[in-house]
Formats: sequence, structure tokens, C-alpha cells
Amino acid sequence: MIAAGLMVSFPGALWASTGKVKLDHANIDIHDTESLRRGAKYFANYCFNCHSIRFMRYSRVAKDLDISEDDVSKTMLFTGAKIGDAMNIALDPEDAKRWFGVAPPDLSVVTRSRGVDWIYTYLRSFYKDESRPWGVNNAVFKDVAMPHVLWELQGLQEATTGTINSKEGVEHTVITGFNLIEKGKMNPDEYNNVVRDIVTFLAYVGEPTKATRLNLGRWVLGFLVVYFVVMFLLKKEYWKDVK
Amino acid sequence: MEWLKQTRDWLDERFPVMEFWRGHLSEYYAPKNFNFWYYFGSLAMLVLVIQILTGIFLTMNYKPTADTAFASVEYIMRDVKWGWLIRYLHSTGASFFFVVVYLHMFRALLYGSYRKPRELLWIFGVIIFLLLMAEAFMGYLLPWGQMSYWGAQVIISLFGAIPYIGNDLSLWIRGDFVVADATLNRFFSFHVIAFPMVLLGLVVFHLVALHSVGSNNPDGVEIKSKKNDKGIPLDGIPFHPYYTVKDMYGVVGFLIIFAAVVFYSPEMFGWFLERDNFVPANPLKTPEHIAPLWYFTPFYAILRAVPDKFLGVMAMGASIAMLFLLPWLDRSPVRSIRYKGWIFKTALALFIVSFVGLGYLGTVPATPIATGFSRLFSVLYFVFFLAMPFYSKWDKCKQPPERVKYK
Repeated sequence: MIAAGLMVSFPGALWASTGKVKLDHANIDIHDTESLRRGAKYFANYCFNCHSIRFMRYSRVAKDLDISEDDVSKTMLFTGAKIGDAMNIALDPEDAKRWFGVAPPDLSVVTRSRGVDWIYTYLRSFYKDESRPWGVNNAVFKDVAMPHVLWELQGLQEATTGTINSKEGVEHTVITGFNLIEKGKMNPDEYNNVVRDIVTFLAYVGEPTKATRLNLGRWVLGFLVVYFVVMFLLKKEYWKDVK
Repeated sequence: MEWLKQTRDWLDERFPVMEFWRGHLSEYYAPKNFNFWYYFGSLAMLVLVIQILTGIFLTMNYKPTADTAFASVEYIMRDVKWGWLIRYLHSTGASFFFVVVYLHMFRALLYGSYRKPRELLWIFGVIIFLLLMAEAFMGYLLPWGQMSYWGAQVIISLFGAIPYIGNDLSLWIRGDFVVADATLNRFFSFHVIAFPMVLLGLVVFHLVALHSVGSNNPDGVEIKSKKNDKGIPLDGIPFHPYYTVKDMYGVVGFLIIFAAVVFYSPEMFGWFLERDNFVPANPLKTPEHIAPLWYFTPFYAILRAVPDKFLGVMAMGASIAMLFLLPWLDRSPVRSIRYKGWIFKTALALFIVSFVGLGYLGTVPATPIATGFSRLFSVLYFVFFLAMPFYSKWDKCKQPPERVKYK
């Protein structure tokens, strides 16, 4: 009974607790250099103050995204670090803990732990909730400590709720959708594209060698298939005399 | 080319080069009727070599402390030249090792390769399987992600279920009250030195035993019982060149599948590299759902199927101990499934369903329905072995041919 009561008072709890949030498809393309560059820019402007990507180096981003090191220094490097350094943040984790309740996690491999669809949906699922310290909650990550950093782009949305019955016959309130109650600088399509760019960049950061891996794979498999045919013929030739 | 022969002779006078070559390759006679299932022995050797070679290079860059382990793996993935490839070869190799070894063991089950006189050969194999599980378990701790950490925590705590000495034993294994830096260090040592060394030794034993008794074959008839006047089995062919060239063909076929995974899906949708393992180990935060990697899940499901923790551990141990007894449980007059009757075939089919079913159930949370199925499959798993002395005797078998069938 207590559990059921909690469920009703926290919309979205059912989704969060069962892990059955319906995630939107991020539909990213890690080979899209333009999207990666835009994503890097948005990341630097909106995320990088609080979230480090400490396994990544500025120079690597410059090289892989084909941006000059000068440009990277100007647009991304705010901490006085050197171009070859890891992408750390100046924010002290202790301060962060005092301000947010929890230190913002490093995002180097976040796309590999959460998946790209999760982040894409998460960044679009903030909704107004006055009971939270920052005035917003998140449908994907209930009671998240993060404020809605991109609100000036997206605007503010309100959650619409509905009820569903669980298998045990208990009624749960769940979030069914969102209404934009305060317009942002962008329309929803533009905002979705911004989020998609950020997710694309983070997917790249999660595994910078992925493009190389996929490219090399073609050659390796191509070679092996030819080699396989050669070995098949060789084997056939040798085994001719086994009667 | 004269100098080549001279070199060989020089060596041969000091070291038994030719004796080894003839005894194990050019004049080692293997049955000519090996089928698809006979590739997996040499493939297991291939994967072992891949694991050792990639492991050497990983060890050069990996840092086995709680503070640096996770970061050093990412360092390998990003800053070490070809590090990503070496690491993916190693992580994919771990899973493929089990794919290959399970198929290799299944082959023995199909054709009765554990039957007299190959009992010891089979037992060495089961020991290799055990060592491989320990090796994989310890290796999985090294990336120091959430699943590494909590998986180790759960498995080591199982030792705590042993009466009287349990808690001290698990403390002794961990070197700390929880999985910690000390645990990581010793697991690293075991993973890169102790277990690989013993594993290699056992592989040599396995091969010596094999070459002493000779291979079984899909018909399960002994080729050594029909020899020509030179003492060569009539149905035997020299291992080299026939099986070296055939195994090479198998190796390339295997590498196509292996490379496809390494290059296109190294995470294998979370089956080979789990998502939670990209989150650094956090002793204060237990993940919602802890599951071992797929190759342990059949045994993990048996463990969870038993309501009592200690008895569960015993059941899990017994499920592996059954394998050791297999040569003496099977009393069928024939070796190969080709000549066994419907009872064995049904039992084997049920066993496959149980084993795969347990493997799946070990990956999902323990709901009442899942636990019910785990219990059913666990019982079937044990019945397959424990009832074997009876059903293998009752079974109506066909008469095997005098000599192996080929083409």
C-alpha cells in the first residue's frame, strides 16, 4: 500500500522504476561532421561548465572534427588548459555537490552507458514542477538534480498525465505527453535538432575511434572473405585424395 | 635448400624436432570423417592465442588500481595506438572463448567423446572449462565498471554462505571487507599470470591425452581397431596436411564472424560489453539489476533457483561436478548419438532446452514466473545426468558400423 501511494504521488515513477520509459529514436549519424561540429559548439556553451569529458582531449576533437586548433581554443577551451590536455572542468566537485546535491557526472562514455536514445529523450523531457529546487523535473530521470539548462532554447513545458492500471490492478499516474507553456527561442523541430547534434557529439566522444573501426572493418572482412575462398579451394585440393 | 636440411639435422641431433613433427602432425592419424563440430578444438586454441597476445599488450597500458583502472581502459581505447582494436579483440575473444568451448563440449556430448578410454581427456577438458570461468570472472573485474564491481561482490559473497569458515574465506579472497583496491590487484595478478599459466599447462595435458588415445569421431567407432599391415588405422589420415589445411579453413571462417563482431558490434547489444560497465565502479551505489555475463548465466540461474543460499551454492557447484562424472554416468553400448535411441535423443533435447533456458533466465530479474522456470530447468538439468545410468542402458540403440562412414 505504501508503495502504491508513492507511485501515485510521483508521476513517472512507474516508468522510472520499471525502466520502461518509451525512448524516442535519436536517429544520429556519427559520420555527419557538420552535426558533430554544431554539437561540439552546443556542448561547450551549455554543458561543459558543469560536465567534464575528461577522457577526451581538445586536440583530438580538433583533429577528428577537422576544426583548427585555434578555433577549438577559442570556442571550447575556457579553463586555460593546453590544447593537448584532457577536457576537464574548472568546477570544484565539492562546490557542485553543495549547489546541486550531487556532482555532475563526467560525460565521456555516457552514450555507452545510457544509450543515445536515452540522452535524446532526456534532454527533451524536462517539465515544470515547482516542488523541485530548479522548478523542473524530468520524465526520464525522475527528480534529477540538473536544472533545465537548455530552457531558453526549448522554452518550458508542462507534463500531461493519465492513469494506467498495473497488472496487480493498482492505478498509476503516468506522464503521457508535454504541453509547451512558455515559448523558447526555437521551435520544437529546431530544438530537437540541437539535442540531436549534442547527442551526436557525445556519441563521438563515447568512442572516438568508431568511424575508424567501421571503415577498417570493411577491409578486414573483405580480405577474410577472399582468404576464405582461397582456403576452401586449397582444402578441396588436398582432400581430393581422401577416399 | 641443402642448408635447410642441414639445419634441421643439426637441430634433430640435439632436440627431437622430427620425432615431434611425425608423432603429432605428419604421422598422427586422425579419423577421416570429422564433421563441422570438430573445428571447435583448434578454434579454442586460436582464441587462447588471441587472448594471450592481446592480453600482453593490454597489460602494458592497463593500471590495476581502484583509482586508475577505469580511466586506463579508456586511455587504451583512445590514446594508445590501435588500443581500441586490442581491447575489443580481447573483450570479444572472452565471449567467443565460451561460445567455442561450449560447442566443443557439446560435440563431446553428441558423439560420446568422454567414454572410455577418453575419460581423463574429458576431465582435463572440464578442468580447463573451470579455469576458464575463473579466468573470465577475474578479468571482468579489471575494467572496474559498475558490473565488474557488483558482479564480483555478489560472486565472492557466495563463499560467505559456507558454514563456519564462509565469512573469513570471502574476506581472505577479497583482501578487504568489500571488493576494493586489494581485490583488484590480486585479481589482476591471477588473471595475467597464475590462471593463464595453469590453463596453458592443462591445454598441454589435454593434447597429450588426446594424442595418446586418439580422437573419437562422429560414428563413435574406434579407428585403431582396424589397421593395415603397417599399423596405420585404415580410416585414419595424417593430421598434417589434411587437418591442418581443413582447420585453417575453419579458422578463416571463424575469423569472419569474429571480425564482424569486433568491427561492427563489439558490445554485441550489451551481451559482450554491458552498458552498466561504462559507469565507473561505485561501492556506494548498487545497480538495480546485477547479472553476470552470458556465459555464467546458466549456472547463476541454478544458484538462484534454490531458495537457500548455501544450498544454492552447492547446487551450482554440483551442476559443474556432474560434468566430471559424465564418463561413468553414460552406460550406453554405443558412443555416438547416430546410433543411440529415442530416449537419449529426447533427454539431450530437454537438456539443451534447460541449459539455454537457464542461460536466459540468469539474465533476467528473479520474478516468481522466472524462478518457477529456473527450478523446472534446474531439475531437468540434473535429471539428464543423474538418470543417465538408467536411461542410457534402457535405450534401444542401433548397431554401429564396423568402420567409419565417409561420403
